[in-house]
Amino acid sequence: MTKYKKAYVYKGFERFWHWNQALLIFILAFTGFEIHSSYSFLGFANAVKVHNLAAWGLIILIVFAIFWHFTTGEWKQYIPTTKNLKAQAEFYLFGIFRNAPHPTKKTVISKLNPLQRLVYLGLKILFIPVMVVSGLLYMFYRYPQGNNIEIINIGNLEVIAIVHTAGAFILLSFVLVHLYLITTGHTLTSNLKAMITGWEELEEEEIAAEEKKPEVPGKGEKKGVTGTNAPKWR
Amino acid sequence: MNKFTKPITFFLAIVAPLLIVTLVLRQPAPDNSLLDRVRAEHPERHKSAVDHSKFEVLQKDFTNPHEITAACLSCHTGRGEELLHSAHFNWEREAFIPGRGVTYLGKKNLLNNFCTGVQSNEGSCMKCHAGYGWSDTTFDFKNPYNIDCLICHDNTGTYKKASGGSGYPVMGPNGPDFKAITASVGFPKSENCGTCHFEGGGGNNVKHGDLELALLTAGRDVDVHMGVDGMNMECVDCHTAENHVMKGRYYGVSSTNTQRLHCEDCHTSVPHTESILNEHSIKVACQTCHIPVYAKVNATKMYWDWSTATRKKDGKGYETLDKDGNVLYASIKGDFVWEKFVKPEYLWFNGTADHHLITDRVDTTSAFIRLNTMNGDYSDRNSKIVPVKVHRGKQPYDTHNLTLIQAKLWDSEPGKGALWVDLDWEKSLEEGMKYVNLPYSGHYDFIDTEMYLPVNHMVSPKTNVVTCRECHTRDNGRLAGLTDFYMPGRDRNKFVDIAGQLMLLLSFLGAASHAALRYQAARKRNTTANH
Repeated sequence: MTKYKKAYVYKGFERFWHWNQALLIFILAFTGFEIHSSYSFLGFANAVKVHNLAAWGLIILIVFAIFWHFTTGEWKQYIPTTKNLKAQAEFYLFGIFRNAPHPTKKTVISKLNPLQRLVYLGLKILFIPVMVVSGLLYMFYRYPQGNNIEIINIGNLEVIAIVHTAGAFILLSFVLVHLYLITTGHTLTSNLKAMITGWEELEEEEIAAEEKKPEVPGKGEKKGVTGTNAPKWR
Repeated sequence: MNKFTKPITFFLAIVAPLLIVTLVLRQPAPDNSLLDRVRAEHPERHKSAVDHSKFEVLQKDFTNPHEITAACLSCHTGRGEELLHSAHFNWEREAFIPGRGVTYLGKKNLLNNFCTGVQSNEGSCMKCHAGYGWSDTTFDFKNPYNIDCLICHDNTGTYKKASGGSGYPVMGPNGPDFKAITASVGFPKSENCGTCHFEGGGGNNVKHGDLELALLTAGRDVDVHMGVDGMNMECVDCHTAENHVMKGRYYGVSSTNTQRLHCEDCHTSVPHTESILNEHSIKVACQTCHIPVYAKVNATKMYWDWSTATRKKDGKGYETLDKDGNVLYASIKGDFVWEKFVKPEYLWFNGTADHHLITDRVDTTSAFIRLNTMNGDYSDRNSKIVPVKVHRGKQPYDTHNLTLIQAKLWDSEPGKGALWVDLDWEKSLEEGMKYVNLPYSGHYDFIDTEMYLPVNHMVSPKTNVVTCRECHTRDNGRLAGLTDFYMPGRDRNKFVDIAGQLMLLLSFLGAASHAALRYQAARKRNTTANH
């Protein structure tokens, strides 16, 4: 029988980034669709204000997140792979109903299964950039025209707005599925707990392998990161 | 682990966002001291520098109004020359109109869908001319003594031009006290401008809807600039003049983007504290949001149907009034529709306009004739959305020659073909066209016409402006008629919206059915295990 041992999977900044991004995307979607006249709640002017503010918040957060990914090497988590891709798809389609084991072992240096790698990479290099760029154009497309800067003049909001709306629907669909997939971890709530506390029970032999590897710089053995008695918040 | 980590994270994650959102949504407290400060900065305006009662040249018993003008010009040298070149005197301007070339157009020769036009009716219309004696085509526009200084510069409120007097005041014992008037001449007051600009089209507020007598007495709620409980501004505070050429244009008669008066001249192009509102000004004129309704006190004429004129009761012309005293039907003019608290209609406007000339052909296949066309569209860099009053009407046109017709409406005596005297269309049209020296086939009918009058006055206080949702709304918004651009909240791509909603639905159903299958499978496993 596989033995599980607690491991510190999600670092402090990672959790801060994840939850703030979740909150901001929720605010952006909620106010964005109010601006789109899908419903009325805050009022148009307030919806626009909150939407623009949350947009800046998200952009700042993304800048920090990019810095964090590159300085910690965590960007490697998103390198796409075809290994186990089919097995992972088959797990969600069939294995999960038979209580079959996860085909991809989760470890601290490889947290994402091949499907997650693909989807999150897509978000990071395609969908979120498209939303940020179209959002910034949405905010600023008037300036070139208002100031007669011909070379970057766009003239019409229509394409920008439609791309931004389409992106919003795609992101929102991702969030829906993402919320459901929380429940597909080792237990129903283990994924959620992990993202809140940073700690998750991983299969033991993986941790043993992990312990030999050096920790993320600055998070060395001194602080006692591994082991069940390590602090919950760092 | 640091003992501060938890509170700091809590603050960053929960308190800070809430704090920022609250700060952003907070409405700044209104600055009530602003009005007092502006009042203090402008204590007394347009005080006359001299006492005209001391001047010998004015100590006369004037028997002829031309003498008064001569007396004025004897000191104010050069001013006569200025007036001779002004639109207030010439009722036309030189303007280049694409497709027409250089034109000389103005009230002098253009048609409108109120009283149709001044030609052949000068005796009556020139009650509003800044001159004396324009009764027909022989009027001398080069003679400075034909200028009427007092219609604009009388400050007593007693100077009146006679009805049907070709611009002359009543003279003699029944006339005004010219000594008193000339003793106190000064800057034009709103009353002076209002004599003509409030009562254009035949009565108070008939024509513009946002210019009327009530502006002289109403509060800030009606007009934030002229409100007596506010700055109580005069027309000329904004409509400043240099060499007797006033700033401000009325595109029922004007054609070029020159000598315009803009709110930005005083308020700057970035008057709002919120940049998103300032950004609107790239495409939206101030008036569009700040004049939510016009005709706030008295009704204005929205529709004028000339085709029903000349009906008689007991052989005589008659009038019917509504309960407010507005004329609903007059035998001499036809049927009217009046409205109060009117929401403007909106157009793209770049400051240039074209006009339907009396020599232009009428296109009977179009729904209506535009008597003036305000140019502009979304892609035009100089265009902004402006509010307009659209005055609709039916007026006579020549069914054979396919031109509009100048009707002769007024004469001092019967039998000369004036519609208002004789109630006879045939003769009125014949005489009118004879006067302007244009062909008339003798066959006429009535055609729908529209006229576009920009709404610039009756600016509301900032507490009463057009709200975002009045335009940014799916259906029936204020800008529903302007469809050549994408507006957030109004427009959407139907395909993206339907596909997006479908995708959300499928994601939800997919997750839900997956969950249901997992639940079922788990129960089955448990049952098997228990056996």
